[in-house]
Amino acid sequence: MAHVVACSDCLDFTGGTAEFDVAADTVRRMILELEDRFPGLGDFIERKMAIAIDGEIYRNAYSAPLKPDSEVYLIPKIGGG
Amino acid sequence: MSKIHISATVNGDPVEFLTEAGVTLLDALRDELALTGSKEGCGSGDCGACSVILDGRLTCSCLILAAEAQGRRIETIEGMARGGELHPLQQKFLDHAALQCGFCTPGLLIAAKALLDANPDPTETETRYWLAGNLCRCTGYDKVIRAVMDAAAELRQVRAA
Amino acid sequence: MSDAPTKNRPDTAALKVIGTRPVRPDGVDKVTGRAAYGADFRAPGMLTGRVKRSPHAHARIVSIDTRKARALAGVKAIVTAADFPDLASQEYEAGESASNLRDLAMNVMARNKVLYQGHPVAAVAAVSASIAEAAVALIEVTYETLPHVIDVEAAMAPDAPLLHSHLFTEGVSPRPASPSNIAKRHLFVRGDVDAALAAAEVVIDRRYTTQAVHQGYIEPHACVAEMAADGQCQVWSSSQGQFMVRTYCAKVLGIEISDIRVTPAEIGGGFGGKTTVYLEPLALALSRQSGAPVKMVMTREEVFTATGPTSGSVMHVRLGATREGRITAADVELKFQAGAFPGSPAGAASMTAIACYDVADFRVVGWDVVTNSPKVAAYRAPGAPIAAFAVESAIEELAQQLGLDPIAIRRLNGVRDGMKAAYGPTFENIGFMETLDAIESHPHYKAPLGPNQGRGVAVGFWFNIGGESSAAVHLSEDGGAVVATGSPDIGGSRASMAMMAAEVLGLPVERVRPIVADTASIGFTGLTGGSRTTFATGMAVVQAAEKVIEELKRRAALIWDVPVETVTWEAGAAIGPLDPKGGARRLDLDTLAAQSGRTGGPISAEVSLNAQGAGPGFGAHICDVEVDPETGQVTVLRYTAAQDVGRAIHPSYVEGQVQGGVAQGVGWALNEEYVFDVDGRMENAGFLDYRVPVASDLPMIDAVLVEVPNPRHPFGAKGVGEVPIVPPLAAVANAVRAATGVRLDDLPLSPPKIRAALQKG
Repeated sequence: MAHVVACSDCLDFTGGTAEFDVAADTVRRMILELEDRFPGLGDFIERKMAIAIDGEIYRNAYSAPLKPDSEVYLIPKIGGG
Repeated sequence: MSKIHISATVNGDPVEFLTEAGVTLLDALRDELALTGSKEGCGSGDCGACSVILDGRLTCSCLILAAEAQGRRIETIEGMARGGELHPLQQKFLDHAALQCGFCTPGLLIAAKALLDANPDPTETETRYWLAGNLCRCTGYDKVIRAVMDAAAELRQVRAA
Repeated sequence: MSDAPTKNRPDTAALKVIGTRPVRPDGVDKVTGRAAYGADFRAPGMLTGRVKRSPHAHARIVSIDTRKARALAGVKAIVTAADFPDLASQEYEAGESASNLRDLAMNVMARNKVLYQGHPVAAVAAVSASIAEAAVALIEVTYETLPHVIDVEAAMAPDAPLLHSHLFTEGVSPRPASPSNIAKRHLFVRGDVDAALAAAEVVIDRRYTTQAVHQGYIEPHACVAEMAADGQCQVWSSSQGQFMVRTYCAKVLGIEISDIRVTPAEIGGGFGGKTTVYLEPLALALSRQSGAPVKMVMTREEVFTATGPTSGSVMHVRLGATREGRITAADVELKFQAGAFPGSPAGAASMTAIACYDVADFRVVGWDVVTNSPKVAAYRAPGAPIAAFAVESAIEELAQQLGLDPIAIRRLNGVRDGMKAAYGPTFENIGFMETLDAIESHPHYKAPLGPNQGRGVAVGFWFNIGGESSAAVHLSEDGGAVVATGSPDIGGSRASMAMMAAEVLGLPVERVRPIVADTASIGFTGLTGGSRTTFATGMAVVQAAEKVIEELKRRAALIWDVPVETVTWEAGAAIGPLDPKGGARRLDLDTLAAQSGRTGGPISAEVSLNAQGAGPGFGAHICDVEVDPETGQVTVLRYTAAQDVGRAIHPSYVEGQVQGGVAQGVGWALNEEYVFDVDGRMENAGFLDYRVPVASDLPMIDAVLVEVPNPRHPFGAKGVGEVPIVPPLAAVANAVRAATGVRLDDLPLSPPKIRAALQKG
């Protein structure tokens, strides 16, 4: 189970829970699982969040793989100048 | 509105154009003569992107009326290279990577040429103060100053030879 | 696809082109005046457009009467908000970061209310500039002025004038019952900061303020746009992304994205400020009404009053530490002006504020606050320099209080591989310690100082991003190559694209010609921004070149009639198995290209990707200043900036990014600021009074390139352009404090402010 840590922006959807385990082998699966568990969170992640998997930041990357022991951080998307 | 007929010399060639009383030399160069190498960054003489050499003197073409160009000699960036051969300043700007976006580059080159015309051996400080009227937001001026100093050295060698 | 194929890639030790300093491919155009920027384009029969702007910082639009203006001979079109669809609130992602389309549209053209001086209320197209200007003057707008608010803390007050009646603070629970100017709270917490501060042996507690500053690109916004009778649109404009322009124009006008073709002009600087649209939708609307192409160019005053500065701020920092200097607690609050619509970089600032440090317990709160000033736009590492000014100033004070060397305290607390960043993920392949090593061993750090002189140190971090990019490589029949990308070249990226393709193909760089393609000629590509171009678009270029080589090997195998698996690619040529007589088989790229007609047709490849794995960047700076005690004037004497760049593709342009970022940061620290009068009108909307650094203000800037390669880029590149603007605000301020012995926590450190502080002692 990948371990997911959500930043404060997500807590409205999770009822305040910041960490949870998700059975998923891709980012897309994880988003679907989270949407199932916390309605609205999946959509929010897609619009607002970047996903850091084991230290590497992914944006809009459905196919990025998750390992069973992956550590996943949901963080705000970054733009730049 | 009736227009004014102007005859002048631009980059060594005779030119004629019609202009309105309130039009700047910069706009006439760009719009009437299609010499768009001179740029407008501010329209108030603060950025130097429109620099030209007017009768031998470095001038912001946005601060001069087109009508004032009657009978005068104007050098713009388009006249700096001789045919296919770049001016040493132009070549040194390329060699030193002294430009990023390139928008201020024509004005800087014209201003630097005016400097070297007046002072073939400027110090770094003299170069910095001379070019203080030409804003560059990309480079921090470091490579610009190096390019101008290097071009000055090369021009001195050419003259000595 | 995100994983790059690794075959055909030259061994980095044997690089021939990467790391050299060739003349940039677009160089001659740019030193001869031939390069065409936004305002240099003309279309036959084009009209001139001008904008009628609000003179008020905050007012209700009671009525707009355009009759007199329309009656003026030569006026061909006038548009107001009534000519644009009234969009619903909707977040939309155009390549890099999301914008709210309703806010975007209302910033392009005010609807019902004006929210800042300079906010467009109408636009005119006429046969000449003078007629367009006369028409603008004839448009009669009746306003009901409203109280305005620009100061960020005043805007957060419960009784502040309200900009938007529908704005409820996001990110707080429960959701507020009434609207306010506070658009959002960002919160990043680890552990128990209050307990950690209570237990700390030393506590620094400081408040810092900064003013709004502008990106200050020298080229004002400019475009030519035309909509034909069948609705097909063409736009020529200067921006950081032709695809962004296309999307935003389509959304603001309510038309199909594919009905618009945007051709990128050369761009005269952007620094984040050209990542949105201002003029293009107006020009298209005017063209729709007039049936003619419309050219619009901003004045410098319009650039200052109506395009994105970055936020002014009020910040509060509390640091707790042990007597040895180990930072145990950080409590940071950042209040950022957003301008007229939500979207300040408070979030990114919160994430970067303590990103350089390993701190067990912290709380970072960022507030995004709307104010009656132009909507902020991205500015180079958005938000990070502001937060770094506060945190790096506080760390300097901590070091002084404990008698620690400024580099030592940063080394003691700095992040290393395997540590968890304050914003979440774990760092890998970072070069922060290496940048500290670089400044510590630099002769600058030990050089003696004279009277009234001081030295400051500061560090900085930026994420860097990847994202969507497309590139195509086409071989010519003579074996040269054209590389097309969708990334506007702001600072020399054509050179790095050509170099990367040349390296892979085994060609001299002069035989690779790079172009920036229009939206109809290359696949979608995000903005030139976020320090992503050499990384992400470069990755697409490398992959496209590798596909070309695969094809060349296939063609060689066909010519030799051998299995393709037996063909390799070395130094610009296909090498096959020995021929039946034992002779070597070699076909170079020129020969293969010349025979392409017989072996299957033209050879080209296009790659579109969403690049992941941009490595974060760190920088460490040293600044020496001298302060004139009589006048308060600060002179920067010497500046050294070390940065981990992964690998420098073209070192001169990488150095240039570092030097340019430093110069902008020095301007921010010493002189630049938006000054508003009591009515909320900008008092210094020109380069005379808004003073950016000039050549005589600066010394040479020593850029030290540290290379800790990024394993996710084919050649190890990391983003470069944004990190260098992060440390200078604090590096300069720390140097001024060292020179004067006086604490100065309010930027800019302009002479009157310093003089007053010195007199106060």
